[in-house]
Amino acid sequence: MSFRGVMRPGHAVIRVLEMEPAVTHYVERLGLIKTNEDAQGRVYLKAWDEHDAFSIVLREADAPGLDVMAFKVHGTAELDRLEADLRAYGVNCERVAAGELADCGHRVRFEIPTGHAIELYAEKKYVGNLVGNHNPNPWPEGLKGMQVYRFDHCLLYGPKLADNLDLFTNVLGFDLTERIVTPDGGLLATFFSCSNKAHDIAFVHHDVPDKFHHASFMLMTWEEVLRAADIMSMHDIAIDIGPTRHGITRGRTIYFFDPSGNRNEVFCGDYTWYPDREPITWEAGEIGRAIFYHDRRLNENFLGVVT
Amino acid sequence: MAFTITVADTGERFPCAEGQNVLAAMVRLGRRDIPVGCRGGGCGICRVQVLGAARYRTLKMSRAQVSAADEARGIALACKLLPEADLTVKALGLLECRLNPVAGGAPHRG
Repeated sequence: MSFRGVMRPGHAVIRVLEMEPAVTHYVERLGLIKTNEDAQGRVYLKAWDEHDAFSIVLREADAPGLDVMAFKVHGTAELDRLEADLRAYGVNCERVAAGELADCGHRVRFEIPTGHAIELYAEKKYVGNLVGNHNPNPWPEGLKGMQVYRFDHCLLYGPKLADNLDLFTNVLGFDLTERIVTPDGGLLATFFSCSNKAHDIAFVHHDVPDKFHHASFMLMTWEEVLRAADIMSMHDIAIDIGPTRHGITRGRTIYFFDPSGNRNEVFCGDYTWYPDREPITWEAGEIGRAIFYHDRRLNENFLGVVT
Repeated sequence: MAFTITVADTGERFPCAEGQNVLAAMVRLGRRDIPVGCRGGGCGICRVQVLGAARYRTLKMSRAQVSAADEARGIALACKLLPEADLTVKALGLLECRLNPVAGGAPHRG
């Protein structure tokens, strides 16, 4: 396998209004594991089947939303090459020192056309997943809540999707897997893969830059998605929509909110992407089926409710 | 103890128990007088203005949606608004959450 540049989503730093209910939500309900807390009070979390020290960082702030989404790059040489390519393309890059986030190597931080901060890094402390690499069991006992396997992707909202498409495909090496186009050829949404997945990051057009639609966590089966929805009702977690099906990516999904109003998703079952495929195109008139395949229309929150 | 919430826009009334937020009290009755979003004080869709002299408290809300100046003139997110007496509220976010998806329009928020 050859994804040797940008490999995968590495972590997301999510702002929350109050830390304690946020930790309860992400640890007790989603089933993430707290791995660290730093001097600034930021809480580091990982899912049970992830091998690096953290994949979600919670930061208490006055307004919820996403500080940054970071991708792990295969090795420092590749990180240096990508930084040089970004600079040559005209993107301002800032180097964030190793250790600014605990157990993470230096990060290359830049702003993309939609207004979001994205980071690339090559090194993070390897701690292993909860079953280990030596004669492992298929899953560990004692997991909590929805028992998510990993942080999977983010959907972000902002303007300039055409410029964003150029940056992600021609500089960062992602593939466009799916898009929603208007009759005049404009882009309403773009989905990108840096791997074998149907999406590692996605964007929907929005006039306001730097908005956060959701962070998604992977489950393996429809039954696990249904069980996650049961847990939401047991604990009165605000559900946005689902369980249902996405037309785009074919994912089986439920959208819900953390206690600060950041949207989360748990999902299972997208397809396998290969870079010799042609991207899938959805017409804007079919956006209802594209997003929510069964309702065949958007709920009023899909375009308007973001942090 | 329950208080009566009046929605100025529609004149509709519903009860809200002490310690319950206004939005949850409305949703529980299947009503949609105030638009419902994230229910966590983050998205701003359920922004309301409390009218007249009123007693209430609020839980922490996104500063991107309700500034200190907004708060001083009675603006709050209904999902974080706890009445301590009967309240009359005016929904502020209703038009902004009805979007034309094909145009890709979106509410302008800070």
